[in-house]
Amino acid sequence: MTEPLLSIENLRTWFHTESGIARSVDGVSFVVNAGEMLGIVGESGCGKSVTALSILRLIQQPGRIEEGSHIMFEGKDLVTLDDGGMREIRGNRIAMIFQEPMSALNPVFTVGDQVAEVARVHGSGSRRDAWKRAVEMLSLTGIPSPEERANQYPHQLSGGMRQRVLIAMALIMNPALIIADEPTTALDVTIQAQILELLTGLQERFGTSILMITHDLGVIAETATRVLVMYGGEIVEEASVDTLFSAAHHPYTEGLMHAMPQMSEERERLNVIPGTVPPPTAWPSGCRFRDRCSYSWERCESEHPPLYEISAGHTSRCHLAVEPERRAQPHLPLVEKVGAAL
Amino acid sequence: MNSDTPLIVSTAGRAGRRWWTTDPASLSAAALLVTIAAGCFIVPLMIPMDPLAMPEIVKLINLPPSIDHFMGTDQSSRDVLSRLLYGGRISLSIAVFATLVSVTLGTAYGAAAGYSTGILRSLLDRVLDALLSIPRLLILIAIFAAWPDASVKRFVLILGVTGWYGVARLVRGQVLALKTRDFVMSARAMGATPSRIFFRHILPNSLTPVVVAATLGIGHVIVLEAGLSYLGVGLDPPAPTWGGMIQDGAASIRNVWWLSLFPGLAIVLTVMAFTILGDALLRALEPRQKQRDD
Repeated sequence: MTEPLLSIENLRTWFHTESGIARSVDGVSFVVNAGEMLGIVGESGCGKSVTALSILRLIQQPGRIEEGSHIMFEGKDLVTLDDGGMREIRGNRIAMIFQEPMSALNPVFTVGDQVAEVARVHGSGSRRDAWKRAVEMLSLTGIPSPEERANQYPHQLSGGMRQRVLIAMALIMNPALIIADEPTTALDVTIQAQILELLTGLQERFGTSILMITHDLGVIAETATRVLVMYGGEIVEEASVDTLFSAAHHPYTEGLMHAMPQMSEERERLNVIPGTVPPPTAWPSGCRFRDRCSYSWERCESEHPPLYEISAGHTSRCHLAVEPERRAQPHLPLVEKVGAAL
Repeated sequence: MNSDTPLIVSTAGRAGRRWWTTDPASLSAAALLVTIAAGCFIVPLMIPMDPLAMPEIVKLINLPPSIDHFMGTDQSSRDVLSRLLYGGRISLSIAVFATLVSVTLGTAYGAAAGYSTGILRSLLDRVLDALLSIPRLLILIAIFAAWPDASVKRFVLILGVTGWYGVARLVRGQVLALKTRDFVMSARAMGATPSRIFFRHILPNSLTPVVVAATLGIGHVIVLEAGLSYLGVGLDPPAPTWGGMIQDGAASIRNVWWLSLFPGLAIVLTVMAFTILGDALLRALEPRQKQRDD
């Protein structure tokens, strides 16, 4: 097997706040292989965005990547790289696409200027070359009449177009890895589909790896080949997309699947996972999902589950892997019992 | 592929960000300012006028407005209109240049305070708080009392150096807010250096309120200069300034009302025009503000 492009080992990003240490990312390890589209899925507050920002070391005070974390990329450990070296990586070898195309562009410069800026930050070419490249990239991302559009300001473009501009910015240096943090969440559904199609098309064309971060399993199904499910700052399940959708193991993943609206069913209300993600300053002992889980038993409280191997390439952080018979005895999750008692 | 081409967005966006205006109040304010400036700086070049000439200090003193002297003469037989126009030159120049000085200093300090972190930022913040707590008029009187040699240059410098705290606070807040904006994070994520982030992404976006503050500030300096002259700590006589002229006529305002009335009107009109213009700029440059107001 060839060397993975990005290899994260035991990443812990903690925020040292006044109300305690928020362990937002708490011992995450995974690899991204060259040319693959890896999805990370989870609710808000589960640590997926912090993981993404940690890779580019964009975590701000009071957040800190703790000692013992390693982010290996192209032979370097990004955790200990100096600031200059990190700037050479950002936008050049690893690019990022942000969630809000409305606010991720500087309102006072034309979009062409902003795409060209990435090339000027990293390249030695002239302003004119950078501009030409920028127009090429805009055209590549499917923006009609790119010369004209390049001279326009962000507020003159629609949300979908702005997201295309951000993709052009991410692609202009031909990076090895693109981190897309909820790239379609702020867009309406038809534009969403176009942007995903664009991303997968460009990925196939340039062989770029993409780390797709989303809370939307539909996005994962459409784009990714492998998925990580995150909960409570940890990876709780890892599987190929096919396995995940046909044989999800972790009760949290099951809950996510169940919560997806189905066209074929008629239902008054959507299924939900009861309760909310606990605050990262106070993860429960044992399994972090146990309060919301309908299978939890004593073992879940006393023993933090490791990642059990379910099959080749499929792991799950749930004791059901060793006591599968318990799956036959679901009960009301703790948060619902407490809620009913109140 | 083309389905997300905007149909309305582009024109609406353009209208929201244009810097000119069709609002009649702001247009008349702009016209008034142009008239006042032209009167002060151009008319005296075409029509011979001498603000200091005292042709006949017995017969021609304290004449009421007439065909010969549109705004009358003062107690030294000097023509009030000539003094008003020349005084306007000095008062307007002082206001404009003093504001330039204070806006430059304030932007630099505010940007430094907003962009710095840790101890340096606390230090800059405390110093600014301290400066903001000193009443400006008192400090000006103290400075002029301690250093009585009055020249226009010194006046500009002193008004500029004591006038930047408000702008600094404004820019500081602006920079602080911009630091956390997505496009600044996005610039960091693409490998921009801290200085590039500052000069390209933070500073240009924090200048809108500065332009507005400067416009409003000019009016403020005119009033301040008039007040200082009135208190007798302004420019030395016989050089005319609007505030000085009001003070000249203050003692005899019942009988010789034209001495104070015309410079007073000039100040009111000019300051009002700058204020209306400042508000118009604010609305034109800040579309969100505009929506709230309308």
